[in-house]
Amino acid sequence: MDLSYSEEYEKFRSQVRTFLEAHWPPKDSETSREDQTARFRQQAIEAGYLARSIPKKYGGSEQEADVLKAAVIREEFRRVRAPGEVAGIGPGMLVPTLLDRGEEWQKEKFVAPTMRGEIVWCQGYSEPGSGSDLASLQTKGELVGDEWVINGQKIWTSGAQHADYMFCLTRTEPEAQKHAGISYLLIDMHQPGIDVRPLKQMNGSADFNEVFLTDVRTPKDWIVGKRGEGWLVSRTTLKHERNMIGNAEQSALMFAGLVDLARKTQRNGRSALQDPSVRQHLVEIEGRIKAHQYSGHRQLTKAAKNQDPGIIQLMNKLNSTNIGHAVAKLSIELLEDDSLLEPGSRLPDSELDLSGWMNQYMWSLGIAVAGGTANIQRNVIGERGLGLPRDAAVQRS
Amino acid sequence: MDFDITEEQELLQETIAQFVANECPPTRLREIFDGETGYDPALWTGLIELGLGGITVPEEFGGAGLELLDLALACETLGAGAVPGPFLGHSLAGLALQLAGSDEQKKTWLPRLATGEVIGSVAFAEGGTAWQPEEWQLGGDDKLSGRKLHVPNASLADVIIVGTVGGGLALIERAAAGVEIKQIAGVDRTRRLEELNLDGVEAQILPQGSGVAGRLRDAGLLLLSADAFGGANRLVEMSVEHARTREQFGVTIGHFQALKHQLANMATEVEPCRGLFWYAAHAFDHVQAESERSAALAKSHITDVYMQVARDSVEAHGGIGFTWECDVQIYFKRAMFDRAFLGMPAVHRERAAVLAGW
Ligand SMILES: Cc1cc2nc3c(=O)[nH]c(=O)nc-3n(C[C@H](O)[C@H](O)[C@H](O)COP(=O)(O)OP(=O)(O)OC[C@H]3O[C@@H](n4cnc5c(N)ncnc54)[C@H](O)[C@@H]3O)c2cc1C
Repeated sequence: MDLSYSEEYEKFRSQVRTFLEAHWPPKDSETSREDQTARFRQQAIEAGYLARSIPKKYGGSEQEADVLKAAVIREEFRRVRAPGEVAGIGPGMLVPTLLDRGEEWQKEKFVAPTMRGEIVWCQGYSEPGSGSDLASLQTKGELVGDEWVINGQKIWTSGAQHADYMFCLTRTEPEAQKHAGISYLLIDMHQPGIDVRPLKQMNGSADFNEVFLTDVRTPKDWIVGKRGEGWLVSRTTLKHERNMIGNAEQSALMFAGLVDLARKTQRNGRSALQDPSVRQHLVEIEGRIKAHQYSGHRQLTKAAKNQDPGIIQLMNKLNSTNIGHAVAKLSIELLEDDSLLEPGSRLPDSELDLSGWMNQYMWSLGIAVAGGTANIQRNVIGERGLGLPRDAAVQRS
Repeated sequence: MDFDITEEQELLQETIAQFVANECPPTRLREIFDGETGYDPALWTGLIELGLGGITVPEEFGGAGLELLDLALACETLGAGAVPGPFLGHSLAGLALQLAGSDEQKKTWLPRLATGEVIGSVAFAEGGTAWQPEEWQLGGDDKLSGRKLHVPNASLADVIIVGTVGGGLALIERAAAGVEIKQIAGVDRTRRLEELNLDGVEAQILPQGSGVAGRLRDAGLLLLSADAFGGANRLVEMSVEHARTREQFGVTIGHFQALKHQLANMATEVEPCRGLFWYAAHAFDHVQAESERSAALAKSHITDVYMQVARDSVEAHGGIGFTWECDVQIYFKRAMFDRAFLGMPAVHRERAAVLAGW
């Protein structure tokens, strides 16, 4: 076990630092923060630090896959709070899918502007009748002449209200078997027939939506993969440098905030951090977080050696969901009466950031549902990880 | 960055696992568990022949000169097999001499511990929560008098390292005048506990004792963590195996989602613990500043997980799980030992909080 980076990587780290010293934070004050960020990103791509797995012709820096270099870059960028890649579902899900399965023209048209954040995507998978049983989806795509005509309804579509395009699963082969009748279509959101209606969430905001599609049109060749192969296309995994320990880092940050909250909260005239039960809870959560973090390190090590991460990867989501919940729960206990308030509100005389923790408390539930529920995750761990028999009623491909 | 064990370390674990599979399969484990002494001389000799008597003992004293991580990995594998015998106390006695002994003491005892010619143990507890060096009360200089509780395999041990008032360490020989050992009915029959009564017993003070008793305790916490991880992992395997073979309602019970989810939860709790004890052992050897706190975190978290997984495993086995006949109970009790020995999780969590400056 050697937790240091080899000399090669330390040399790489000092290159990254030199680059960052020269370019971040930006020295000119005339341009807007947005422009500065966009310019910095472009410089970072040219230097080979962002969009590493993306070919140059599509706007990336086309570097060899190297998870350790990616980790060094992440550490150094985070240290000086420099902007990383544009976040979101477009760069995170659509781009790798296109790179893996898309047509040449699709890559040329969509990858670069998506990576630059100029076009924004939403993911149209779930439907009112199809959540965990996604392959039962009913939204219809019919080829009429040179166009697909799409009718149906999507739901829980995050960010649809800001999206320029949707990547959408539609049933195009009604006579084919469940999984085999689905195609992966790209749809322009700025057209008649698309009706986005916000859904108010329990925390009061509206990040996701219902999307009604009535005679929506998309050109025949805006399909990724072949007709009827949409299910396989949607399963395309991100093979390249992935932010595999992102979750654990996120938990560590949240935990630091939690300790800070305990320190600032008063209980019986002293800091809650002095309360024995709070101390016990905090260390308990820290044990879980550390264990999760080290699993991330192990995964990274395995990836660097081209070994199968095995069962650890299957457990990641469930673990971070559990941790997120534990952190949020303790924060609510610390807030005491302040937790009687709605997220987003703030007591006039309070110095504590209530809204953040109240939101966190509610979001920890959203995360347990989004992208596959915790119970579905348990199925996957039980069946694929532990080799238990499959549920006969549930077909998966 | 390489967060992994080495090929040699994997090989060490495979070798021990193979030996355990041959020499201490469940049937043999059961015989020893039910036996008088909880000890099998042939099994012990076999472990010694594998070199486990002195994993951390420097080569100049006849050991393998390896690190605490290597010893912890051995403990993991022995924990997976619930291997009975004096390994825990023996390893800690060797570490105590390495850390705190004079050159003379090392020369006298370490080679004999490494070759298994003498068996060692440690005597820390004085009842309640008095496991920590700061709390030891047993007094006297080179003549020790008083009582120590819960000494693992005391009557098998030739030498016992005793914790003394102010966090000191002293070596006594079991055969010395004034040593009296009483059997206690310990819950874990794979690691028998005994009570030690000393009446003016001649002792050799370990000169560095008071400086390193805390470190010795940390090493103990780590060996327990590693044992707990190995045992918990084995319990998940045993429960999965049971779920794949036991039939109810015409199918194997692993089809049932309620059980499948319980098993998935167990596995999800256990797997990340591996890195926790690896890192803590690594810190013991290489990152002194983090060593004490990491050991406290590992012991409290992993032994809690082991206990919970042991409870879940009993349930997953149904009625048979609640019987003396079922091997799960052997692990269940080992989990109780790992959790309580050297102090309950809550004690170490509070220490971790203090160490964080909270
Ligand atoms: C914050 C948030 C953002 C989202 N963003 C998007 C998005 O952008 N695009 C998109 O397409 N979707 C999105 N979703 C939808 C999400 O993927 C689904 O909500 C999720 O897959 C669950 O489907 P469902 O809501 O229909 O619940 P159901 O499938 O009806 O599940 C209800 C309960 O039944 C359980 N259950 C169902 N089947 C099984 C089974 N076989 N075994 C065990 N338990 C089962 C589930 O675990 C759950 O507890 C989002 C959801 C949330 C909460």
